[in-house]
Amino acid sequence: MKQLRYGYVTGPALGILWTFVIALTVAIAMSFATGSAFRPSILGALVWGGVLGILCLPGSKWLPVLGTLVVAGVSLVGLGPIAIGSQIWPVSALIAALATAGFAALGLRIILADVTLGAINRHVFEAAVIRFLTGFGYIFFSAIVLIPFYVMVLTSLKNQAELIQNPLDFSVDLSKGWELFRSYDELFTQFNFGTYLLNSFVISVLTVVITLLFAVPGAYAVARLRFRGRAAFSRSILLIYMVPMIVLALPIYIAFSMFGLRNSLGGIIMIYPVTTIPVALYMLQGYFRGLPAEVEEAGLMDGLSRLKVIWKITLPLSLPAMASVSLYVFMIAWNEFLLAFMLLDDPSKFTLTRGIASLNSSEIPRQHLMAGSVIATVPIMVLFLGLERFMTKGLTAGSVKG
Amino acid sequence: MADVSPPKGSGPLARLEARLAWGLLAPTICAVALVVILPLLAIFWISAKPVSLADLRAPEVVIREDLRGDYEAVGDSANIRYRLRNSSQDQPIRGVTLTDTIPAGLEVSSLDQRCTVDGRELFCDLGDWDGGFRENLMIPVTVGQAYLDGGTRPQDNGVTTTGRASSVLTNATFTFENFKRVFDGEEFWSVLWVTLFYTVFGTIGALLFGLFAALLLNKSFRGQGILRGLYLFPYVSPVIAVAFAWVLLFDPFSGSANALLIQMGVTQEAINFFGQRPLALIMVTLFEIWRYFPLSFLFILARMQSIDSDMYEAADMDGASPFQKFWYLSVPQLLGILSVLFLLRFIWTFNKFDDIFLLTGGNAGTRTLTVNVYEQAFAVSNIGAGAAVAVVIFGCLLLFSFFFFRFMSQEEGL
Repeated sequence: MKQLRYGYVTGPALGILWTFVIALTVAIAMSFATGSAFRPSILGALVWGGVLGILCLPGSKWLPVLGTLVVAGVSLVGLGPIAIGSQIWPVSALIAALATAGFAALGLRIILADVTLGAINRHVFEAAVIRFLTGFGYIFFSAIVLIPFYVMVLTSLKNQAELIQNPLDFSVDLSKGWELFRSYDELFTQFNFGTYLLNSFVISVLTVVITLLFAVPGAYAVARLRFRGRAAFSRSILLIYMVPMIVLALPIYIAFSMFGLRNSLGGIIMIYPVTTIPVALYMLQGYFRGLPAEVEEAGLMDGLSRLKVIWKITLPLSLPAMASVSLYVFMIAWNEFLLAFMLLDDPSKFTLTRGIASLNSSEIPRQHLMAGSVIATVPIMVLFLGLERFMTKGLTAGSVKG
Repeated sequence: MADVSPPKGSGPLARLEARLAWGLLAPTICAVALVVILPLLAIFWISAKPVSLADLRAPEVVIREDLRGDYEAVGDSANIRYRLRNSSQDQPIRGVTLTDTIPAGLEVSSLDQRCTVDGRELFCDLGDWDGGFRENLMIPVTVGQAYLDGGTRPQDNGVTTTGRASSVLTNATFTFENFKRVFDGEEFWSVLWVTLFYTVFGTIGALLFGLFAALLLNKSFRGQGILRGLYLFPYVSPVIAVAFAWVLLFDPFSGSANALLIQMGVTQEAINFFGQRPLALIMVTLFEIWRYFPLSFLFILARMQSIDSDMYEAADMDGASPFQKFWYLSVPQLLGILSVLFLLRFIWTFNKFDDIFLLTGGNAGTRTLTVNVYEQAFAVSNIGAGAAVAVVIFGCLLLFSFFFFRFMSQEEGL
């Protein structure tokens, strides 16, 4: 490690790594945006990353700018850290070259703050490495999260022939106008997705309501009231929510087949809340414990019954927790796949997830599958982004099943 | 002198409180017992039964009724025909009887010896049927004017049949065949190995990624909220949507990932990511990490933000470097939440079914225990064997939760 702690080693080393990361990112981004051939060049990153690593050391203002222009220039002639294929529209080539060089230099400028050409101490060195890792982390996580969703949305807007011709070309022909949304239109008109959307929504809302009806009194009892077996009860809730669904699904399937409950939304509504009650109970009791007991005792002293106390004091105080639990239960019910898949066979009664599963066949084009996925994903994303604060709090308040 | 020792046992108030508590818990207990405990018991029962998918419906009498022959004029003779069949090929039905109303205008001329007529009520005692039994029962009748005037046809009024069939689910036949099948042969060990690989690497990977992401976001800057929301996307979106997006992305023929790799010169020909042996398992493990790192990230971030900043200031005064601060301060502080998360995620990853089922369907060496339940029960149609695998899973679960609770009692981190 000691040999690394010289500005003339640290700078080029981080420069090479960072330039390669940027070149790779720009290449992937440009490929996905235009469908043309961009790729990072390891040799280019080795040479030019090293150069940039020296040029971007603190000191001169103009050296990094010079470096940017040089690297962009050599990239355009094919010798830089990003290799741009021939027959590429010059504007996108220019954008790629400038983005690579610019972001590499800018990033290095930030990463290498405080690093000097000579020997550097441990703090400066580690701070630089951490800044590099931070930048890399942001790019890495954003890329892995965004790419699948990007592919999902853009695939749903294209047609089969275009997809097979160039799987990388996600550019959207805006001149088509509404024609772009043809697969969505077909899903709603021919594949009944309007009904599925409604089914999923009704089932999820009912699941939330029923779950809360059961879980609120239960959670209150576990959190506040003293009775024998309270600790054991608390644990068995946790234990129950560790039982895998597939183990339960088999007997439930058999029972539903025998009693004729398969293919009925009523059966689904009977089952879903039970899978979510333990989670909700566990999350709520954690929250109830945190509420001051004195307020409730004051209510009791003033002559309220226990149930009135719950209704008039505890519930109004725990509205944020109720919101997060509702959101979480809604999410579970909305995303549930296994039970819907096993118990529903009749296409007029599908939920969204079951409907998407039915699109997974070789006769139905892929963009329909992706359009269905988008339809299922968008509502939950919107709901989640709107109420994100509740969600993150609720998730960490009670440990949560995945 | 009055007794001043504290009261023993529970007083009336305490009893009232306990009663209220059980009252509030009763609905939950009932629901959970019905949908969780009962199925768990059922799984044990079924696992010892030679039952296949076709046995789920108990054998029953299948009947079709019609009137055969020329019946244009009064006095013509015809036959009421009952086509009878046992729906099961191998299960017997005992004590089959048939009751029907003969329509007005049809007079029974002669009678099968097993049948009797009382007024218009026909009753036949058909005895015991073996599996696969079928018969045509003919009741000769003479047609009268009332029938020709548009009386009800024989098939218009319902026939009732009775019969006792023993379903294999409820009778007393037990077998160890299912467990033998499950444990026999190479397959079980390969399934177990795949499950362990998936669980261990999926859990550790999700924890490490979560830790990395939490370190990134453990500072306030503009856009931190947006990034945090973004990084939770994989976890909140429906598994079926993201699984199909991955399948499409890594498709060997029209997948963008392959096109990208070929273009970048990493590989010459398309890679079948979800279709070839060691790679498919690695891919489903990566998917698991991708989908669940947000959860670990949330928990770790919450813990990080509750660490006292005094300690870091003290460390700064003592001249600790950033890595030293991470290693000697943050890691010990996070160890509790990390180990609890490890245990929880380990159990839940072990239980995971949908992800692999949607990505590969358990093919190409990715069949875990949970996928094997489905595979045995529905693909091979052997419900009993599926239940036996489920029992094995449940056993593992009990073992894990034993460790979990031993650990949790010291580590109430959550």
